[in-house]
Amino acid sequence: MSQTHAIESRTDTLTGTGIPSGRLGVWWFLASEIILFGGLIGTFILFRHGNPEWVAAAEHLSLTIGTINTFVLLTSSLTIVMAFAAVDKGDSRRMRTWLFLTILLGFVFLGIKAFEWSTEIGAGFIPSTGGFWSFYYAMTGLHALHVMAGIVINTILFISAVLDRLKPHEYRIELAGLYWHFVDIVWIFLFPLLYLA
Amino acid sequence: MSDSVTGKAPPEAHPHHTDLGFWRTYVFSTDHKTIAKQYLAIGLFWAIVGGLLAYLMRWQLAYPETAVPGFGWVPEPHMVDGIIPPEFYNMLITMHGTVMVFFVAMPILLGAFGNFLIPLMIGAQDMAFPRLNMLSVWVLAFSSVVLLVSFFVPGGAAASGWTAYAPLSAKAVYTGVDWGQNLWIIALALEFASFLMGGVNFLTTAINMRAPGLSLFRLPLMVWMELTAAVLFLLSVGPLIAGAVMLLLDRLAGTSFFLPEGGGHPLLWQHLFWFFGHPEVYVIMLPGMGAALEILPVFSRKPIFGYRPIVYSTIAAGILSFVVWAHHMFPSGLDPRLAMPFSFTTILISIPFAIIVFAMIATLWGGSIRFPTPMLYALGTLAVFIVGGLTGIFNGSAPADIYIHDTYFVVSHFHYTLFSAVFFGGFAGIYYWFPKMFGRMMNETLGKIHFWLTFIFFNAVFFPMFFLGAGGMMRRIYNPLQYEFLQSLQPLNVFITYAAIVLFLGQLPFVVNFFWSLWAGKKAEQNPWEANTLEWTTPSPPPHGNFEAIPVVYRGPYEYSLPEVSEDWLPQDRPVEPRPVPAG
Ligand code: HEM
Ligand SMILES: [Cu+2]
Repeated sequence: MSQTHAIESRTDTLTGTGIPSGRLGVWWFLASEIILFGGLIGTFILFRHGNPEWVAAAEHLSLTIGTINTFVLLTSSLTIVMAFAAVDKGDSRRMRTWLFLTILLGFVFLGIKAFEWSTEIGAGFIPSTGGFWSFYYAMTGLHALHVMAGIVINTILFISAVLDRLKPHEYRIELAGLYWHFVDIVWIFLFPLLYLA
Repeated sequence: MSDSVTGKAPPEAHPHHTDLGFWRTYVFSTDHKTIAKQYLAIGLFWAIVGGLLAYLMRWQLAYPETAVPGFGWVPEPHMVDGIIPPEFYNMLITMHGTVMVFFVAMPILLGAFGNFLIPLMIGAQDMAFPRLNMLSVWVLAFSSVVLLVSFFVPGGAAASGWTAYAPLSAKAVYTGVDWGQNLWIIALALEFASFLMGGVNFLTTAINMRAPGLSLFRLPLMVWMELTAAVLFLLSVGPLIAGAVMLLLDRLAGTSFFLPEGGGHPLLWQHLFWFFGHPEVYVIMLPGMGAALEILPVFSRKPIFGYRPIVYSTIAAGILSFVVWAHHMFPSGLDPRLAMPFSFTTILISIPFAIIVFAMIATLWGGSIRFPTPMLYALGTLAVFIVGGLTGIFNGSAPADIYIHDTYFVVSHFHYTLFSAVFFGGFAGIYYWFPKMFGRMMNETLGKIHFWLTFIFFNAVFFPMFFLGAGGMMRRIYNPLQYEFLQSLQPLNVFITYAAIVLFLGQLPFVVNFFWSLWAGKKAEQNPWEANTLEWTTPSPPPHGNFEAIPVVYRGPYEYSLPEVSEDWLPQDRPVEPRPVPAG
């Protein structure tokens, strides 16, 4: 009875290096993601250097909204850490609350971003308006897709926690957290490059 | 237990599920062996498509603008009464390359071999993430469907080359292909996602799930090759994914990332493409070599020569492959000052490959060599790769390349390397591991006929292309007869086309052999080739969960003809002390 349970959780955390497989897998995945965003950001920096006039375009972005959104995303990184800390303490109820807050903040970020895009589009700045805008929409769009993926992951974990099915897999919160931090860090690069530089 | 090497406890056996029903067993299976077969099926299916596309191109090059025998049925505007119009020819070139690299080479060499062999060779019961594994093969299947659909949308499939150079690829009007190219981008993005998931799985599995005693330097070289390939893929594909998004935006949202008139830069695409593209050719090459490296010692009955140098060379080649990409861009308007360093790194990268080639040859030296079909194909891989690798050095030095770039010389070069990996390496692997995969032996006579047809006619097709290239015949041209200076080369083109047709038909013995052996082949024993690696220590085919008990590994994979034991092989999991009773 508890024997089968032991085997199942074993296969989840089989190890040859001491590092749980889940964590190792996420690391490899994130390594690839770093190269993806690294390539994109590097390209942007090169083009931005070649086109000093992009400053004028960048001034149409709302620094206030950008700052608020940065704050929202940073807070969500904190909440997912709290969720994981709650797992460590064995406090499932707290864990659910923090996870829920993380999901909520993800939605808030996307909502603000959508509002921002729609005002920009309303003002006539669409992807084809110019080089800066092309990069702006490509970079923030790709980032937003990653936020959405994170929300989906966190929601799946949340639902299985509510249904009380997460218990043997609670370490997955840590894995989701790794990914969520990564999404956060990408934004930390995008924000100054697009809004401040 | 005695596990000082990997520092991990042997995992308990999976509960053996055998009553999963048809769908869970054959279609939505999470068993790595079934998934490997699914990859193999996808790869072999696309190989036929890719071959037919090549046949159409070859006909056009031999007898330009005449009806292709057997293809009168293709409707206008694609073909006109069996004649290939120029736009359709562009599509053939593009889709042939795309299909062969992304939908034949990768599914067979990584998808099928990697999935099948990694868990078996490291003594694991399955992949680290079996459900992710199932997801990756299904994403590839979906991606295949998208690519297949792209042939049938108005305007036809993509026609801007497998490299999709901008601006040709960035605006529909330039090629007349609209959704074909969009679907091409989407199909490739899905393919990348599939192999990303696969790569994460390969790496995690091989790093974390090795049997007790199986230290890194006891891993079979095939595992090393698959792992290096996975790392190269993971770390190079990202920028191209970003590039694919940008290309799609150029086509759909009117941006100008790659369009000079809007302030963009066509060379950007080339950088993004080749930053991935060159590591990608090693992603394909390494597993092909890996198959040969497994097979050569087995049929020479000798330890591999230079195990560690091979491993270090592989890693070195892997690292270097990230800094050679601009050798594809020498005549593209690259800053000439950059040509020099990229020539240098490119020549440098041939050193590790030369080491591997020498190690292969030295493995044969003085061995008691047998020549069953897998060995013939492994030797073919080696022989053909030598030609491909040597011609790469010509391409690699910028002054020579500016002359031969975009000629049939390059076409011949990359077919010598790719065909070596994908078809010689691929067939070597299929003939060698078929007994393990399907539990039956393949027919030797048919296998040998297949090998000689493939080997002779492969060379008949591609060796003359070096002369075509040196004579100045450009790559990707529709009708060579339009150029006066190429007309004297036409007999060569006709010869190549007939050789290609024989090469294509020469695959029939394989198809017959494959299906006949599947149902009626001689039942395979556990270890028909008397090999050492762990996959041969379990029944053919292995049960769900692979091993009765997790094996314990005592030595490296290539201990053949040792004086300590009476047989000339010594499986990795057999303890030598106390001295085993000589069997049989
Ligand atoms: C010894 C190692 C190799 C060297 C030094 C080398 C060098 C080169 C160079 C410099 C080019 C560019 C030629 C041009 O376009 O003008 C080239 C093209 C190419 N190589 Fe290699 N190569 C090597 C091995 C391989 C391998 C192992 C593969 C595949 C498995 C491969 C596949 C290709 C392909 C597909 C192209 C054509 C790309 C295109 O469409 O433009 N090469 N090679
Ligand atoms: Cu290259």
